[in-house]
Amino acid sequence: MFALGSIGVLIRKNPVIVFMCIELMLNAVNLSFLAFAAYPNSHVQANNAFESAMAGQAMVIVVMAIAAAEVAVGLGIIMAIFRYRNNVDVDDMNTMRG
Amino acid sequence: MIQIPTIDWGVLMPTIIVFVTGIIGLLVEMFRPKQNNNLIVGLSLAGLAAAFVLLLGQLGAEPTTTIANMVFRDQLAVLLQLVMLGATALCFLFSEGYLRQRRIAFGEFYPLALWSLGGAMIMVGTQNLLMLFVGLEVLSIALYCLSGMARGDQRSEESALKYFLLGAFASAFLLYGIAFIYGASGTLDLEGFKIALYATDSTFVMAVFAIALMLVGLGFKAALVPFHQWTPDVYQGAPTNVTAFMSIISKVAAMGALIRVLTAADALQNFWFPALTGIAIATMTIGNLVALVQKDVKRALGYSSVAHAGYLLVGILAHLKMPVEIPLASVVFYFVTYTAMTIGAFAMISITAKDGKEGTRTQDLNGMWRKAPYAAGVLFICLISLIGVPPTGGFFGKLAIFNDALAAGLPVLAITLAVNSVISTFYYWQIAKAAFVDDEPALQTDFAHLNPGLKLTGAICVIGVVGIAFMATPLINAGSTAGRDTMSVIQLEPDVQDTPAIAAPMPTEVNQEVR
Repeated sequence: MFALGSIGVLIRKNPVIVFMCIELMLNAVNLSFLAFAAYPNSHVQANNAFESAMAGQAMVIVVMAIAAAEVAVGLGIIMAIFRYRNNVDVDDMNTMRG
Repeated sequence: MIQIPTIDWGVLMPTIIVFVTGIIGLLVEMFRPKQNNNLIVGLSLAGLAAAFVLLLGQLGAEPTTTIANMVFRDQLAVLLQLVMLGATALCFLFSEGYLRQRRIAFGEFYPLALWSLGGAMIMVGTQNLLMLFVGLEVLSIALYCLSGMARGDQRSEESALKYFLLGAFASAFLLYGIAFIYGASGTLDLEGFKIALYATDSTFVMAVFAIALMLVGLGFKAALVPFHQWTPDVYQGAPTNVTAFMSIISKVAAMGALIRVLTAADALQNFWFPALTGIAIATMTIGNLVALVQKDVKRALGYSSVAHAGYLLVGILAHLKMPVEIPLASVVFYFVTYTAMTIGAFAMISITAKDGKEGTRTQDLNGMWRKAPYAAGVLFICLISLIGVPPTGGFFGKLAIFNDALAAGLPVLAITLAVNSVISTFYYWQIAKAAFVDDEPALQTDFAHLNPGLKLTGAICVIGVVGIAFMATPLINAGSTAGRDTMSVIQLEPDVQDTPAIAAPMPTEVNQEVR
């Protein structure tokens, strides 16, 4: 999923789709956090296994919250550009060079 | 099973003050929308000053953690937070006049910048990867908004989009790195990660992968070379005061986090050290070489900031190679000088903005010497400090890092640094030449009137750049405990240094003591 998301970021041209691919990457991260939390590894002593599992799950919630905040800002920026030039193709984003 | 953690409010207070000041600033903006922003500026500066004073009191305090190890305070965290608070205050001083000239006098700039600063303060003051990520996102999301603040300016919007897409991409990498650290060690705490790394090597591959991914994420924020592509575009497109702000805050925060992560991962030094050495060389060289051909001042300074990230990385690598012998003093010292000279340069360039337009091409500075001698003088001093000419802070910073690199047995890095300082002379000279020598009336733009805030910023920066050479001893003393007392759990002999009394007035000593 993570690889798929990053390939998507690299090849797609519409920023909204690029952004969806980034979300895909974040979801891949969430999934791996949950998997790691469900199968605690050998370093974790029995007395703090609960804390260890909780840390991963708390992280997932935080990541989801932050992803939502990022969506709000990102779509705002895309909207602002769209209103300005009616086109949001990332290949046209080349007013600055050098 | 779950206890309520004890909270040491003294450690949290500076960060809380910064956030609350931002909220108050936004409320003021809401209720007095048609007024000017002077009240908000005043409030923000007062809040920054309060946080600064509180933090000064914490210099030299014992390392401590609070709220269940979420927040960590040591000398390094306090020093970096002080640098960032000072940088923000300098930006605010010249922002109001600039924003009015650009016709983007949104009062929201100040709260957003304050929150961004708060995120950065969280980021350098934690050992917990969850907090690190939250801090990074608070820092970045506010910066995305800020860089697109010039609504209706195509370049500003474009830079916001680029910064946003690449930034989100990079933080996804950072997050994936955190996930693998969690998978390798079962904890989000960097100290726990360090213990797990020393305990066994069964999760070795996973940990190496994790560190590589985190390097991508943090390298993006610090503008290290393979991940620097956004820097020139965003620096050029964003409003100049935002550029000045983010060139300091984002870099200091990312470097601070990088130091923490790499210190935790020192069991894997064989893997990341060669990679980072290469990155440091590439960062310095490419940053300076590409800057040579730039026609835009802000863009050239953007590449220059890439190069300076490389210099800083050399200092950090020297410290990580010999964590006990070489303290982070010279890196902290360099951060202070870098702040003064970069903000000074950006502040003086901001006078090209007048009546809603801004010219940032090199030739737009033509005739600056005649029309605005004060600004040109400040710009000149900042530029020679960026080059690293002896009487200025930039020279002592580079010298200290150069010495550290030699002492750590990294001659290649040291020599690259020296060669790059020479290369960088040429493009700084181009900027200075445009401001002082070239004088073509056809190209001349009118400069904005110098307002008191801008003058004050310039004066502080010059005092900082020149005066820092004389304050080297106390600063280096203050920095000498930084980084040494991090991770005291694993250290062989837990030596807590005597706390240097640097809160006392800075003595103006002779400047031979850099090393």
